Amino acid sequence: MIEVEQLTKHFGSKMAVDDLSFTVKKGEVLGFLGPNGAGKSTTMRMITGFIAPSSGEAKVCGISVIDDPTQAKTKIGYLPESAPLYADMTVTGFLKFCADVRGLRGTERKDAIERAIDTCFLSSVAHQSIDTLSKGYRHRTCLAQALLHDPEVLILDEPTDGLDPNQKHEVRQLIKNLGEKKAILFSTHILEEVDASCSRAVIVDRGRIVADGTPQELKERAPEGSLTELFRKLTTRDTDEAA
Amino acid sequence: MSTLTIYKRELKSYFSQPTAYAIIVVFLLSTMAFTFTFGNFIRAGDASLEWSFFFWHPWIFMLLAPAVGMRLWSDEQRNGTIELLGTFPLTTWNAILGKYLAALSVWLVALTLTFPIVVTVNYLGDPDNGAILAGYLGSLLVCGTFLALTMLVSAFTRDQVVCLIVSTIACALMVFCGYDDFTREISKATSPALVEAMTALSVWDHSRSLDRGLLRLQDLVWFGSIIFACLLGTSAILSAKRS
Ligand SMILES: Nc1ncnc2c1ncn2[C@@H]1O[C@H](COP(=O)(O)OP(=O)(O)O)[C@@H](O)[C@H]1O
Ligand SMILES: [Mg+2]
Repeated sequence: MIEVEQLTKHFGSKMAVDDLSFTVKKGEVLGFLGPNGAGKSTTMRMITGFIAPSSGEAKVCGISVIDDPTQAKTKIGYLPESAPLYADMTVTGFLKFCADVRGLRGTERKDAIERAIDTCFLSSVAHQSIDTLSKGYRHRTCLAQALLHDPEVLILDEPTDGLDPNQKHEVRQLIKNLGEKKAILFSTHILEEVDASCSRAVIVDRGRIVADGTPQELKERAPEGSLTELFRKLTTRDTDEAA
Repeated sequence: MSTLTIYKRELKSYFSQPTAYAIIVVFLLSTMAFTFTFGNFIRAGDASLEWSFFFWHPWIFMLLAPAVGMRLWSDEQRNGTIELLGTFPLTTWNAILGKYLAALSVWLVALTLTFPIVVTVNYLGDPDNGAILAGYLGSLLVCGTFLALTMLVSAFTRDQVVCLIVSTIACALMVFCGYDDFTREISKATSPALVEAMTALSVWDHSRSLDRGLLRLQDLVWFGSIIFACLLGTSAILSAKRS
């Protein structure tokens, strides 16, 4: 469902994503791990068609994001890292707007909005203005936007960032459940999330994949059977030479 | 369809905040003030409204149009919502047109609300209402040109205030560089060719003839091409930022 082939992105002379290839099949949840600045967000922005790759190809449900962006984007639900929202709207107003953009009409639109509000536990703030929401609610409003049109592919950039432990748990559970019917790519630097929701994980560092496997396989590769040790061994710390 | 969705959201956003109302009120007060004081509306018996009313519009628009347009892309870039727009299944042109038409609609409302003055001249005298309508078209086109220019500037910066200052200066240049008193001074100092080039870039030639009730194709083409060039520039800047 998601096919990434030799995706490369450089900003000026800086290599953000370097010849990355992987696929995510239906029913799979791929955890995208890596330290800050590894190129996770950049990769996701290329798959979702927000920025153009320097070279390489990304396909969603067989549709090239580069050749047919508008069609490919109909298949994707995307939660950007900063969970951006239009602050002057209410939660329902915002979701209505997103549903309109997605071409949902009438009862279909109404049902989609109700479902998204339920799934993301937003009913208590449904008619509240977005600029008065707390961070957790803002994040889930943006997540609701990504789920609205029941997309085949979900791309979630740090979906649990800034949530409290209860909310984190709920979102992980949600990802796991949704993953049974969709292809999900989600990024994180919290290693316990790999166990909690992923069927497979890749570790990226400085734009390259340095490890790829099921959580179990990765643990077997790790020095003391701990993902943290593997992560620390494979990725560069910013205290190291930042060349 | 997508253009309409964006248009509706933008328009709602204008009228859910005090800014649009404030700008419309300032516009109405300042047009009335100019018309009844410097415009000598009562004494001059200028039933065509050419000098007493329409003459002031470019001066007012150069200050107020950027205030309506400054948020168009600056806000999206600052809040990151541009990442939502960029990953929704719509084209950059859908968004540009929707936003532009929404801003223009705010001004259409403002201009429509000046109708009492038209009622008044019809009550006091026997004006050429066709010419007045042409004058309104001229005003809308001047305003549309300034809005398009502001939109182009807003694509460059995420800072609304920077956008406001830069576009006000740009609009003021388009007003001053063809204003008779100003060009007369310039032509004393420099070559006539320069003055001619400056005049060609100014709104006066084109809006004055509409104010007199002359509907010339060349004026419509001039306004149309400047507006189109600015929108094209906006699209190019936004695409360049994403490549
Ligand atoms: N628009 C940009 N211009 C220049 N450099 C960028 C831009 N976006 C990201 N980068 C750089 O690319 C690298 C990868 O960033 P990012 O994909 O955000 O990492 P991650 O999401 O894994 O933390 C970082 O070094 C970052 O500074
Ligand atoms: Mg990131």
